[in-house]
Amino acid sequence: MSLQTTSSQTIGPYLHIGLTWLFTDNLVGAGANDDKVTVEGRVVDGDGKPVNDAIVEIWQANAHGRYAHPDDRQDKPLVTGFTGFGRTPTGDDGSFRFTTIKPGRVPASGGGLQAPHINVTIFTRGLLKHLNSRIYFPGDPANAEDAVLQSVPADRRGTLVASAIAGRAGAIAWNVILQGPGETVFFEC
Amino acid sequence: MTSRPQDPAARPLAGYRKPDRGTQPDYLFPPYASTVKRSPSQPLVLLPTSLCEVTGPAFGHDLLKANDHDLTRQGNGEPIGERIVVSGRVLDTHARPVAHTLVEIWQANSAGRYPHRVDQHNAPLDPNFHGCGRTLTDAEGRYRFISIRPGEYPWRNHHNAWRPAHIHFSLFGPAFATRLVTQMYFPGDPLLEHDPMYQSIPDEKARQRLISTFDWETTIPEQALGYKFDIVLRGRDETPMDNYLRA
Repeated sequence: MSLQTTSSQTIGPYLHIGLTWLFTDNLVGAGANDDKVTVEGRVVDGDGKPVNDAIVEIWQANAHGRYAHPDDRQDKPLVTGFTGFGRTPTGDDGSFRFTTIKPGRVPASGGGLQAPHINVTIFTRGLLKHLNSRIYFPGDPANAEDAVLQSVPADRRGTLVASAIAGRAGAIAWNVILQGPGETVFFEC
Repeated sequence: MTSRPQDPAARPLAGYRKPDRGTQPDYLFPPYASTVKRSPSQPLVLLPTSLCEVTGPAFGHDLLKANDHDLTRQGNGEPIGERIVVSGRVLDTHARPVAHTLVEIWQANSAGRYPHRVDQHNAPLDPNFHGCGRTLTDAEGRYRFISIRPGEYPWRNHHNAWRPAHIHFSLFGPAFATRLVTQMYFPGDPLLEHDPMYQSIPDEKARQRLISTFDWETTIPEQALGYKFDIVLRGRDETPMDNYLRA
């Protein structure tokens, strides 16, 4: 028996009513002793206007490169209190921020390891389906050998790599441009 | 060319089945005006399946309170409106239950008004209706909410635009790849044929599956009408697809 996947519909402008209870912009639990990273960014539309009614969700491995999920059977430690999930709304200026840790490297589909990255899901009014993207870390030598990054045309690859924020250790910037020049790379998975 | 990995730890993982053609809306659908500046113009880049896509967050009963599934018991008194029971199953495309997964809902009150600062529609708020609920599916994928029937309401997409009555649903399923946000509609709603969100789904049968069905089985005598709404999340491929990146 085979069923058809239910159709997606937009999250609409009133998503806060249903989703606020699970807003989590700080993923660093008491048990996580690794160096914190602050990821800051803005979501903008095709006119460069801030998208103030989006939510951004993230999903990431822990510092050892293991996901807190039963299908990740790697022989690496789990970190108590670190779920790897975050959800935050954008503010009036389209901004969002997460405090987390830099994930470790996880296996790549063709063998080898992926560069450290955070998986992102974006929902907003005007998106009939959500968007997926990735946040890679600035200056990480593993980026050069990451098969996903390298599969993206070179002139768009930079949209997936955060930039260091000058003068603030551990703070990186990563923006979402939904459409037009500098459009963020979005993935089908 | 990328060769197949020899290391068993790097064996390819089975991914999640792509939805069939026509069952999902495109990003750009100009009759829904907000898509015009918010839809990506570049094609999506296909991700080869890795642990990142087949894992995802899980949520337990510790996060939920006793009445989180009952939207009629969140204020000091009873909300105004027709009481309804909305229930169904969350399945995957293999018709297997998706057990213990989080289902979040939100909706307008019976007058078609959301308790939200952005909603300035000239219809009354109901202090006894907060409009949100959540639950976990059971081992058979079943969920159940008690609520009131949401009202239709105008929006400014085009002249004389009205949204059909609907309830927003958010689901996670077992993996990053199974996330779904959708809307449930009500049978016989004359606004559906004029609603650009509903009409954005190309396949007519897929559209119709977003309409709940009236159900005597779950109707509570002298208390609440029952509506059934089953949700199907992407099922896992039986075998890994050959989706290696080409170097």
